[in-house]
Amino acid sequence: MKQNSMLAMILAGGRGSRLHELTNKVAKPAVGYGGKYRIVDFPLSNCANSGIDVVGVLTQYESILLNSYVANGGRWGLDAKDSGVYVLPPREKADAGLDVYRGTADAISQNIDFIDQYSPEYLLILSGDHIYKMNYAKMLAYHKEHKADATIAVIGVPMEEASRFGIMNTGEEDRIIEFEEKPANPKSNLASMGIYIFNWKLLRRLLLADMKNPDSHHDFGKDIIPTLLNDGKSLYAYKFKGYWKDVGTIDSLWEANMDLLNPDNELDLGDPTWRIYTEDTNVLPHYIGKNASIKKAYITQGCLIEGTVENSVLFTGAKVGEGAKVIDSVLMPGAVIEPGAVVTRALVSDNVVIGSGAKVGSADSEHIELVSKRVKGVE
Amino acid sequence: MIKAFGIVNSSQKYIHVEGLQDYRPIGSFSFLGRYRVVDFPISNMTNSGIERIQVYANRNPRSLVEHLGTGRHYNINSKSGKLQILFYQNMSSNGNYNTDISAYVDNLESIEKMHQPYVVIAPNYMVYTQDYSKLLETHVESGADITLLYHSVDNAKENFLNCSILNLNRQKGVLSLERNHGNAKNRNIFMDTYVMTKEVFINLVKKAKETSSMYTMPDIVNAACSELDVRGVSHRGYFASITDFPSYYNANMSLIDYKAATELFHEDWPIYTRTNNSNPTHYFDGAKVTSSVISNGSTIEGTIENSVIGRGCTIKKGAVIRNSIILADTIIGENVHVENQVVDKHSSITHIKEVVAEDGQIGYVRRGDKI
Repeated sequence: MKQNSMLAMILAGGRGSRLHELTNKVAKPAVGYGGKYRIVDFPLSNCANSGIDVVGVLTQYESILLNSYVANGGRWGLDAKDSGVYVLPPREKADAGLDVYRGTADAISQNIDFIDQYSPEYLLILSGDHIYKMNYAKMLAYHKEHKADATIAVIGVPMEEASRFGIMNTGEEDRIIEFEEKPANPKSNLASMGIYIFNWKLLRRLLLADMKNPDSHHDFGKDIIPTLLNDGKSLYAYKFKGYWKDVGTIDSLWEANMDLLNPDNELDLGDPTWRIYTEDTNVLPHYIGKNASIKKAYITQGCLIEGTVENSVLFTGAKVGEGAKVIDSVLMPGAVIEPGAVVTRALVSDNVVIGSGAKVGSADSEHIELVSKRVKGVE
Repeated sequence: MIKAFGIVNSSQKYIHVEGLQDYRPIGSFSFLGRYRVVDFPISNMTNSGIERIQVYANRNPRSLVEHLGTGRHYNINSKSGKLQILFYQNMSSNGNYNTDISAYVDNLESIEKMHQPYVVIAPNYMVYTQDYSKLLETHVESGADITLLYHSVDNAKENFLNCSILNLNRQKGVLSLERNHGNAKNRNIFMDTYVMTKEVFINLVKKAKETSSMYTMPDIVNAACSELDVRGVSHRGYFASITDFPSYYNANMSLIDYKAATELFHEDWPIYTRTNNSNPTHYFDGAKVTSSVISNGSTIEGTIENSVIGRGCTIKKGAVIRNSIILADTIIGENVHVENQVVDKHSSITHIKEVVAEDGQIGYVRRGDKI
């Protein structure tokens, strides 16, 4: 590796089954966010902006779209010489049969040969389902400064929510002394962001041992991190400040989209010094009709708005007909709200049509309604 | 893949768009928020299967070269295709000599090297969609030496004044080409789009050079009408010629209507452009936007009516924009009223609160102006 001593691997194999029909056909990292992006654009753009040249993307569940999407590394500028995005689905090898990735650690273990080609000093492990902007180069500097064996990025969460996360208990200088997965009585509020930097030689040894361990879950959180702590290795918590969101459910995906409507939103997708790159679509700028009304909205190119849009996020090519209302909602790419239809607190899936005069969602619902099938119009 | 290479030509000396053209050639004018005018001829070519394209650049080529780059965004095959940017090599201080013919003479070697037997020439200052493979087919079937594309209009008295017109016989044979002097309503406006064999093209260029140092392509084709079989093909659909300041404004405004836009933009005929990775546009609480075309990357807190907003604009609280074209990265400050204007890139209007042109007049705010 000429330009950078750190290689990144993005774990993008999960289905994200709590996203229900949204992930029937695509893996969670390929799910849309923020009008024009896909979730996986965030770790990929962060890598590109952090100066990481080689990124492996580990795919498994419904990987056709994700594979073709990430394989075009040019989208994120990861296409210079000695640079690239590599799609790594499970594969058959000469010395082992075809096997699915049995866990997050196993996904890396099965690709040791890929990583060895670049003989990196450090390995960065990322998850493909979080929304955030982070400079991994700073995290690496921190890792080196502390002469750590592994560094885990953490974020402070409200104490009352800490029991939903993997929690790091730290001692002096943020050295990690204990890791607890979803503790009933959390001792700290530092949640793991699923972002790890390992010294590759050490991790490689551990992974080889882990593969042979029949009792292992082959998981970073459950197996690898505890083993490192038991061995007395030095693990440090790298405290991240800023916007970070796990969009694991329809509610949280909706919420993360709504966060973009806040003028003081920390994520700031317009920052020219830290662009989030995505695919380019050849569509018109968005069109706004003569009777349209738009308040608090995040709207991208290709949309056609002839009705009312309030407090909503519209993805590429979404259409809102005359007299239709879209309130507190997210319209995924190509969603069509026909004239007179009303959409409230809903997430309308890709290319779904809401017929004339139909009503979906309600203002006082506990959860956000996911609309993933055509809704017939009302005469 | 079709048997023609493409040439995208720059405007001649007699065409001038006040204001905007001081900074860049018409081909790199921003158009309808996210496009540049040159995106139309190049997308027409790549959509028609033309893989080798020469783009001629004369004055102020920087923005054009930057926008075109390698041409990958136009869907040009990275191995068999190629987009070349060619320059007017022997630029004279006297603009009369900087004709398209002189540019072709300067670059004759690279024209002769083309493997394709036919050439399609289109201008970088006109907006239309046309399948050139069909035009080539018509050309070959008709047996004509030269085929010219034209658009019949009924408003040639006040419009298209810098364009050429075709005088046709009943069989669509071209009798002559002349400049439109605005003395008749109904005219066949020449779309400066030609199809011919490479051989005919090279011969015309050489002959033009021998005849007069100031000859342009329309001049030599006009002169050849008596000897060669020159035919016109009528174009249907949306057509705009960006050949003076009002026509630039009117072309943008005419496409604010979505129905009109569907005459130009077709689902199976993408118009490619260079992405600049801007985020979606953010509308705030006080925004009031109607009958407008809005590009990405903007933040809008004010009122916009019947206007085109470019990428990355900031429209502050209380600002009112009417019947205007706001180019990229412009700031319209609080309570500023902009009406009937073309506001060029990177400008910011914050101190003067009224930038309003009287009815029928269109104002222009220069690139990078702070007012």
